[in-house]
Amino acid sequence: MKPAPFAYKRARALEEAVAALGEHADARLLAGGQSLIATLNMRLSAPRLLIDINGIGGLDGIALKAGKLEIGALTRHAQAERSEVIARHAPLIARAIPHIGHAAIRNRGTLGGSIAFADPAAELPACLLALDGEVDATGPKGKRTIKAADFFKGLFETALGPQDVLTAIRVPAATKDTRVGFAELARRHGDYAIVGLAASARADGKSFADVRLAFFGVGATALRAKKAETALASGNVDAAVAALDLDPQDDLQATAAVKKHLAGVLLRRVAKQLMEARP
Amino acid sequence: MKITDDSPPVLTALDRPNSYIGRSVPRPNLQRLTQGRGQYVSDVTLPRMAHVAFVRSPHAHARIKSIAADMAKKSPGVIAVVTGVELAKVMTPWVGVLTHLKGLKSAPQHPIAVDVACWQGEAVCAVVARTRAEAEDGCELVEIKYEELPAVTDPETALDAKTPVIHAALGDNLCFERKLDVGAVDKAFAESDAVVETTFMFGRHTGVTTEPRAVVADWNPSEQRMTVYQGTQAPHMMQNLFAKHLNLAEHQVRVLTKDVGGSFGIKVHTYADEMATVALSKLLKRPVKFVADRIESFVTDIHARDHRIKAKIGVSKDGTITAFEIDDLTGIGPYSVYPRTSGIEANQIVNLTGGPYTCPNYRAQAKVVFQNKNVMCQYRAVGHPIAVAVTEGLVELAAAKIGMDPLEFRRRNLIADDAYPTQSAAGLKFEKLSHHEALAHLDSMMNYAGLRAEQKALRAKGIHRGIGFASFIEVTNPSAAFYGVGGARITSQDGATVKLDAQGALIIHSGVTEQGQGAEAVLAQCVASSFGVSINKVRVVTGDTDNTPYGGGTWASRAAGIGGEAAWQAGKALRGNVLAVAGAMLQAKPDDLDIRNGIVVDKASGTERLGLDELARVAYFRPDTLPPGFQAELMATRHYVPRAWPFAFTNGIQASYLEVDTDTGFVKLLKHWCVEDCGTIINPQLVDEQIRGGVVQGIGAALFEHCRYDERGQMLNGNMADYLVPMAVEMPDIDCGHVVSPTADSELGAKGAGEAGTAGAPACVMNAINDALRPLGAQPLTDMPFTPDKILRALGKV
Repeated sequence: MKPAPFAYKRARALEEAVAALGEHADARLLAGGQSLIATLNMRLSAPRLLIDINGIGGLDGIALKAGKLEIGALTRHAQAERSEVIARHAPLIARAIPHIGHAAIRNRGTLGGSIAFADPAAELPACLLALDGEVDATGPKGKRTIKAADFFKGLFETALGPQDVLTAIRVPAATKDTRVGFAELARRHGDYAIVGLAASARADGKSFADVRLAFFGVGATALRAKKAETALASGNVDAAVAALDLDPQDDLQATAAVKKHLAGVLLRRVAKQLMEARP
Repeated sequence: MKITDDSPPVLTALDRPNSYIGRSVPRPNLQRLTQGRGQYVSDVTLPRMAHVAFVRSPHAHARIKSIAADMAKKSPGVIAVVTGVELAKVMTPWVGVLTHLKGLKSAPQHPIAVDVACWQGEAVCAVVARTRAEAEDGCELVEIKYEELPAVTDPETALDAKTPVIHAALGDNLCFERKLDVGAVDKAFAESDAVVETTFMFGRHTGVTTEPRAVVADWNPSEQRMTVYQGTQAPHMMQNLFAKHLNLAEHQVRVLTKDVGGSFGIKVHTYADEMATVALSKLLKRPVKFVADRIESFVTDIHARDHRIKAKIGVSKDGTITAFEIDDLTGIGPYSVYPRTSGIEANQIVNLTGGPYTCPNYRAQAKVVFQNKNVMCQYRAVGHPIAVAVTEGLVELAAAKIGMDPLEFRRRNLIADDAYPTQSAAGLKFEKLSHHEALAHLDSMMNYAGLRAEQKALRAKGIHRGIGFASFIEVTNPSAAFYGVGGARITSQDGATVKLDAQGALIIHSGVTEQGQGAEAVLAQCVASSFGVSINKVRVVTGDTDNTPYGGGTWASRAAGIGGEAAWQAGKALRGNVLAVAGAMLQAKPDDLDIRNGIVVDKASGTERLGLDELARVAYFRPDTLPPGFQAELMATRHYVPRAWPFAFTNGIQASYLEVDTDTGFVKLLKHWCVEDCGTIINPQLVDEQIRGGVVQGIGAALFEHCRYDERGQMLNGNMADYLVPMAVEMPDIDCGHVVSPTADSELGAKGAGEAGTAGAPACVMNAINDALRPLGAQPLTDMPFTPDKILRALGKV
């Protein structure tokens, strides 16, 4: 479990990281390293160059800007977990973060790294999707913004180009009508979920509007369950469960049938959370 | 306590003035280990040391057609690339058989595969380089051509005529078979009021040690000596094996075992890659280090517990068990592991099933077959978790069938506390057990009646909780009956040497080893108590075949009961020697003196007479002042081996309280209890830690741990993300209770405590799950581990 030889470059500025990505076709960015280093040590990947972006300033801020909460890519999970700003303006993320790995992983792992890695069973991509968030990336042509719905393309595949550096994620700040729910089932706390669900909605009298249900661990990416969202908007939980059209695969922790069953259980539990008023 | 010696009548030997027996003394190595100052083999670095990495077979069964090493040899830092054929010239192969397991057979195993690789993960080629990373780079450049052979993976068909035979010379895939038929089993079943029959399945799992296996071998051609730093439980056993297979005398081999990061039985076996490392050092005439990484640990550390058992129990209406019958089938990989063999687990299951109960009718058969998966061998509580799960699973199914409370059912069948000495139907000899006292203690400790009421009340609210029990017996303090009689050079005796230093402190050398379980604390307690000094004056040395008495090391819960007794006796002997010196100096009778708190005192009055520092000064530097002809002997050695009984059986009972989420199939463990009887308790905290740690490993077996293989013999989850070890968050509080029935075989009376937790926990978790689900009409779950998947299926939810 020693990585194949690689070169290491510590980038001091964003432009430097982007340029370095351009110079080496086989380069990878190193942020928290919580997934990357394991794959290197297991020789599942062998990039020739690691570009360490931890020294780039200004990528770890948490700030409210024009009704949106912006979280810098290098923000550590532990930092986000303790952030009162996130707890207040992005309660879904605050609920999800304690489920990410273990304390040691959350101390090093970054929010940007988790989004860019796009593990289909990870919590944060689903949160971003459920919150209708967006991602800032900087490449050779400058900065651009990508909607969450357009960002996650496939298994560990995103809209980021080979020279793009993810710099921040942005989600709409919660209002008094925002309702969120989060639940996941993992064999042990901190494991990747067998199935998980991140949800948001806007309370509209006794019913919901803008219901967004993002399941994870049940496909190649986090997935919206749109038929179920429609059913849930009208307050019919049974219909929402019946309308789930997920098509998961068997994996080591559960069969497809179990995952589908558990997705329905989670939907009921999360629907209950959505119906509770915000504290 | 039964210990009698020369102490005043109000004090027993265990209550001597400096007695640490029965006290929770912190381990002497605690500071070192918690401050990161331990000396693990992983830390050892020697001049000119090279590192080895192995190219391992990607196939479960394949002929090695060719190995091209040219590219690897040119890789930066690579020192040598060595194949199995080349290494076979340095080291002879071994065969894992024991003569007392009649008919057990296996094939010669080489340190590196020769011609055929028999499991996915078997070493096929070694690359030695300046660093481990460079060795791994080299491994990627070795080109090996394989011809894949059909893999034998399913034990059920391993003996079929159309299944290929893994080792042609053996004739078939049968490693070992045992049959036992006691009493009148058929008649008993025929006359039973109820018979319950089911099949139990046990998932193959492994003992995941914090520190992986590690070895540094250093062949010194000038001395013709091999020094091996090894994380092992049994240094003297390994000394013998290294010598034997390198064609050396034992005195040419020194095995050093410093701190070891957990063993659980994993590190008491011969591993091909460790043997290869030692052989490579001899070949290359330089130190070579091998530290298994996590990925190779999963496919090479021994696995255990892969058993299918068809089982049957008969009962009468009054709750009397009339008969037990089991049929065990287990697949143990392609080789019986050397030197303890892979027949022991099945043999233990035959021995132990039904063991706590009076039932005289018992029939068992066990078949142990070869297969192309990683090898299986002895892991903590060998065979016990399976025998206990089968016995206790049957007991609770039978109790439910006749509508009797499971504790009451046990009361009617457990061997009476006043029936000893006695023996089980399988012939196990019991000196003194305490099943009924332990059960009564558990009953009150857990407030059983209260829990049943709570269970009922919550059931009405749709909350499904279960209570499950497991009575058990445990093999500890093994005599020569375990291995010695079978021809293995694995000693059951152990020794301790205690010496007084020149300032009156003690140094003890012991043949048992510290694996993190606290053996060194127990040794220090025993010797400080029997000699009479404060424990901080005792320094413990273990794990060095050049310097410690010949001993068996740590396995089968023997370190405290056997090593502790040797230490106790050595301390006592040295006290006698020291008092002889004191008598000479003080012109007193040695019998009228004692040593208390490091000071020689008048035994009767307690008056201080002489400090040990002064005694040592005179004995070592002014012996001219002692009487003519008197020679001080300030070092004493004693050995101990159990003789009266083949094993010191312990007993106990565990209970689990848990809640099943019937929507998700998830199990939440609420509480766990264990009452056990390990005889004299030397260190209550260490005993409780052993029980708790053992329970956690047992819970791992019941709910989480499973080495999963596909039908081609590929392990699917050999990493720490996919192989689920039990973690603290999911573990319940574990309450321990004790009954004390000392063994009369030793003066201390201590039996072993290291495996009781693991023995009983899987059974009571299983029983608790079935207790929770029974009113819901679920079929009893008997296929470990109990995953959400299996529970949902039992509930008909998927």
